[in-house]
Amino acid sequence: MVELAWLIPAAPLIGFVLILVVGRRLGEPLAGWLAFGAIGVSFLATVAVFAGLLAEEPGERFYVQTLFEWVPAGSFSVNAGLLADPLSITMSLFITGVGALIHLYSIGYMHGDPDFSKFFLYLNLFAGSMLVLVLGDNMLMTFLGWEGVGACSYLLISFWFTDAANASAGKKAFVTNRVGDFGFMLAMFLVFYEIGSIDYGTILSSAPELGSGVATTIVLLLLLGAVGKSAQLPLYVWLPDAMAGPTPVSALIHAATMVTSGVYLLTRMNPVLAVADGWATDTVAWIGVLTAFFAATIALAQNDIKKVLAYSTVSQLGYMFLAVGVGAYVPAIFHMVTHAFFKALLFLGSGSVIHGLDDEQDMRRMGGLAKLMPITAMTFIVGWLAIAGVPPFSGFWSKDEILLYAWNENVALWAIGLVTALLTAFYMTRQVILTFFGRTRYFDPTAEEITAAFDARLDLSEAAARQAQDELVAAHAGVEKAVADVDKRTEAVEIAATKLNDAKAALAAVSAEDDAHTKLAKALEKAEKAVPRAGENLSKAQGSVAEANAEVDRTSERLAEAEVAFRALGARRADLPLPATHVTAASVPPEVGDLADDLPASFDERQEYHPHESPWTMTLPLLVLAGAAAVAGGLNLPFTKDLHFLEHWLEPSLFGNETKLMVSSAGKWGLALIAIMSAVGAIGAATAVYLKGRIAPARIERPALARAWYVDETYARVAGGPGRSGFELAALFDRRVIDGFVNGVASAAGSIGGSLRSTQTGYVRNSALGIVIGSVGVVLWFLSRLWTS
Amino acid sequence: MLAQTIATPEVPWSLLWPFLLMALGAVVLVTLTSLVPSLRTRGFAAFYTATMAVGSVVSLYWIWNRVQDEGGRIVVLDGALSLDYFFLFTAGTISLAVFFAALLLDDFLRREGLDGPEWYVLIMLSAAGGLMMAAAEDLIVTFLGLEILSISVYVLAALHLRRRDSQEAGFKYFVLGALSSAFFLYGIALIYGATGSTRLSEIDAALFISNARGLTPAEDSSLLLAGMALLIVGFGFKVSAAPFHMWTPDVYQGAPTPITGFMASAVKVGAFAGFTRVFLAAFGRLGNDWRPVIGAMALLSIVIGSFLAIKQDNVKRMLAYSSISHAGFILIGLHSAGSIDAAVSALGSRSVLFYLFAYTFMVVGTFGVATLVGRHGDGAHGLADYAGLSSRQPILAGLLVVLLFAQAGIPFTSGFWAKFGVIEAAVRGESYVLAGAAMVAAVVGAYLYLRIIVSMYLTQPAVEADDVAGPGPIIMAPAATMAIFFAVAATLLWGVLPDVGGDVLRDAATSFLR
Repeated sequence: MVELAWLIPAAPLIGFVLILVVGRRLGEPLAGWLAFGAIGVSFLATVAVFAGLLAEEPGERFYVQTLFEWVPAGSFSVNAGLLADPLSITMSLFITGVGALIHLYSIGYMHGDPDFSKFFLYLNLFAGSMLVLVLGDNMLMTFLGWEGVGACSYLLISFWFTDAANASAGKKAFVTNRVGDFGFMLAMFLVFYEIGSIDYGTILSSAPELGSGVATTIVLLLLLGAVGKSAQLPLYVWLPDAMAGPTPVSALIHAATMVTSGVYLLTRMNPVLAVADGWATDTVAWIGVLTAFFAATIALAQNDIKKVLAYSTVSQLGYMFLAVGVGAYVPAIFHMVTHAFFKALLFLGSGSVIHGLDDEQDMRRMGGLAKLMPITAMTFIVGWLAIAGVPPFSGFWSKDEILLYAWNENVALWAIGLVTALLTAFYMTRQVILTFFGRTRYFDPTAEEITAAFDARLDLSEAAARQAQDELVAAHAGVEKAVADVDKRTEAVEIAATKLNDAKAALAAVSAEDDAHTKLAKALEKAEKAVPRAGENLSKAQGSVAEANAEVDRTSERLAEAEVAFRALGARRADLPLPATHVTAASVPPEVGDLADDLPASFDERQEYHPHESPWTMTLPLLVLAGAAAVAGGLNLPFTKDLHFLEHWLEPSLFGNETKLMVSSAGKWGLALIAIMSAVGAIGAATAVYLKGRIAPARIERPALARAWYVDETYARVAGGPGRSGFELAALFDRRVIDGFVNGVASAAGSIGGSLRSTQTGYVRNSALGIVIGSVGVVLWFLSRLWTS
Repeated sequence: MLAQTIATPEVPWSLLWPFLLMALGAVVLVTLTSLVPSLRTRGFAAFYTATMAVGSVVSLYWIWNRVQDEGGRIVVLDGALSLDYFFLFTAGTISLAVFFAALLLDDFLRREGLDGPEWYVLIMLSAAGGLMMAAAEDLIVTFLGLEILSISVYVLAALHLRRRDSQEAGFKYFVLGALSSAFFLYGIALIYGATGSTRLSEIDAALFISNARGLTPAEDSSLLLAGMALLIVGFGFKVSAAPFHMWTPDVYQGAPTPITGFMASAVKVGAFAGFTRVFLAAFGRLGNDWRPVIGAMALLSIVIGSFLAIKQDNVKRMLAYSSISHAGFILIGLHSAGSIDAAVSALGSRSVLFYLFAYTFMVVGTFGVATLVGRHGDGAHGLADYAGLSSRQPILAGLLVVLLFAQAGIPFTSGFWAKFGVIEAAVRGESYVLAGAAMVAAVVGAYLYLRIIVSMYLTQPAVEADDVAGPGPIIMAPAATMAIFFAVAATLLWGVLPDVGGDVLRDAATSFLR
């Protein structure tokens, strides 16, 4: 059965080739099923090899399958071979098992993506590389897989590379990992130099003969590689950014498998760690526990559902490093397995939520989804209980083991680990409450929508004010016109009076018998009538002036009102009742009141949207993983020696390097009790804050935490500041010293006399001078041999 | 009586096919195209040259079988040429370089509107010189090969009639080359004076006799040491090792880009083949005298190549400095090859040969990409011209990334194994300074290649490169693209499976073991 080992990495690689050739033609969903089939075959092969190893005596469970002579270059000879032993097969089992489930899940998740087949192409290549990494029988094979998974990770993070943020996150992962790879390569060279081989079989058997100084150096170099790949302090920054990729990728690569390869590598090399100075392994433990604590604090204040899980992954990997550092290899692998189950479950659950909520990732906009997505919620809760350390779920057992060994080594390690466990329970409870319980905030108007509504209102109000302003201008014009009319009428009254007087005088001057008399009398009569008419007109005009003035008063009043309304709206907009930054599940919806009608179309469309449970291809993996996350603790129950299945199974790979526990049974129970109490306490506290709203979340979610302790900003500043000044210095040296030297030679030669001058930089004579100087040097050296001999 | 004094040696024509194909092939090509104008179409000459190159490789395979029958070495032409595994390997590499040069040139000449079979004729002649250097069993023949190789390349460098840079490059190369040839020739004269022969095996025998008499060579003859010094100068110039490297940036930048590729591959392989053969076959016993000089030159080349490359803004110039640094790496291998310890010596020779082989593919591919990016006028070689290449020509950019990774020595490319072999040999020979310097320089040197990659992937072109006023679009010419693909495939093949053909390499590496 063990002879099937070659098939484990070969199946997904064949799948990769097939999809490469016919993937586009197969299209959706066939390409996905093909990829799933490939990894499924790989899983079955792993099970077969596992059974084959079980049939062997424990001491014989070390099967090397040489595929071909790879690099028989001089003294450096390497075979391409696979090593099936308990450690590598344990890794392969969960890589292929969880991997198959995630492949299945992806068929649903990537539905409708234009690059559907390309996604599975990368996914299969990743699985193949990861299996080469763990199954390789020498460091070069591991390195091949190591680079392969790195490349796939880079490709998959940038999968939606039209998005600039994704492409840049991919680059960040790429660059950060190069730093770590450098450590791995140097470690490999050093091993080859010291032991003369890089086969694990030889390394592991001859490691005890290594000097402690050499072993320490190798461990530290390997640690550098592991810290990069497994996202530990200080090289963890790429992992949170890697969440830009599709969620199944986050689950498979950035939670369950690839990021654990650092832990795998250190565990694989445990005989070297055993020889190294104590401070080297202490460094591993402290890096682990500090990373665990540090990442957990950041996870407290993240609002992106995947970012919480990303920092949580960094934190849990820290636990594994802690375990390796204190020599607790079995708990490290145990936690790796349980973590693969529950973290993949949590990531896939979050993916299901994101899928069901139309790509919403902000937990402030979730809540109450338990009713809408019952399967996702139920499985997520299992994952939460597992990671929070509630017995009997799997995470409790593995984490408790690690803490036990930490206590055994150093109380400070245990204390920090315990506080981290408490923080973990707290932030995971927060996540579950914000996502699945309380009020469904998805339908609430968003800050943007409320702002948009206000802006619509403001526009209306501004228009009204403008209209009032225009009317006021018109009213003022009316008053002016009326006043002008009054002036004209007044003049007319005067004219009429003058005319009457003239007419009276004329009549008096003419005798009554005169012919003109009657005419004049008529004119007088007319003039007498005109006077009261003019008077009447005047008073009418005066009336309209008053009316126009009243109109002015009215419109200016209206304008004032509009202005007040406009200002009031503006003021309200300035301190909008936006959805609170720190929400609790019980928080009330933002007060929109009269604005409701003005909310933009996106709001109305969302009211029509029904958050839904995901298709079976997505929920089935969730159910399976939930089952595994619940019961995986059974792999290594602490009660009696017989129940330590994992420990017995891994024993041949550890060469007795596992630390011996010096804790009494009562002590074990006491520590377990403390762990349970702190987990339950943290869950209670988080419930009080987020479900009951007893304490304002803002008091916990400090900006420094939300911004991840400003580490990214600092890195950017250092790279742009001191890092840049380093470059500047080099450039200065270049300009002053090197250029100066070159120019000095040039001008010295130039002053001797003119010769061929080029259109470019170099002079032929300078080059010739260089040759002559060099020749003189070489000849002198040989002549010096004469004098010395 | 006269007939006896100038008795001509027997000529085993069948064993000289590679030389005949290149030298006579060139003459036939120039004759044919002069007589039959219809053959002057551009494709014919390229096809002809590529065929000759392939024919040369095939004939080498045939000779290989013969050499095997004869116990690993056939000395022909009265001791002028030694056909052994070392020759077969290096000659094969040179032939491959000719094949690639023909593919690159064809498209280049079409694009530039240049004419003529002369380019191909000169390439074949130059390669014939390189083959001669690789086989030469006599210093005079080495010199003959060196001159045949060089003079053709001087002309080739100046052959782009419309570019002043090109003519300047040819002129500079010629003046400085003449100077170095003078050194070389004077060195041969001194050695003849010291040992009474120019034949490598006889020089070796003379040294053996003086050894047997218990004399150090220095006591025996200071002429010999001075002669060796001058030979090192001559070879150092041809392989562009510091401090004889100064012509390289100007000439590499000025020469037509496919020719630069040819210079960096065939010329370098030929020169290194001669260098290695002369110093191992003739001066192998004096390793302790010449190795420190080689080591110093290696260090200087690596440092100058890696550090001065950083401040360049012209890609061809960068690659010139990088080729100086590569020469330094190969010299480290030669340094190990000169070791008295047979195991170290074999490792060193092997690393030199593998480096040359791997480097040929890398550099031909890289200059192939540079040829395409250079565009009409062969002038767009600034770093800025590579900006945004990843979005305009993603395939070309991807291929260049592989080639640059290989030059930087990133794992899973042949360049990694090349550097690894050199460093491994140095470590075995306990030359820790050289090994350490090589590792540091490899890291510093990687910066240069990353700069080009960053330019391709992370920067945007300042102006729309494809606009009418610019140098025009990048045309993925079919023959050149095929050549680049070949080069990348080989780089990856020997990167993942470095031991393909390892037996041939091992045989070649042990040709000079005593």
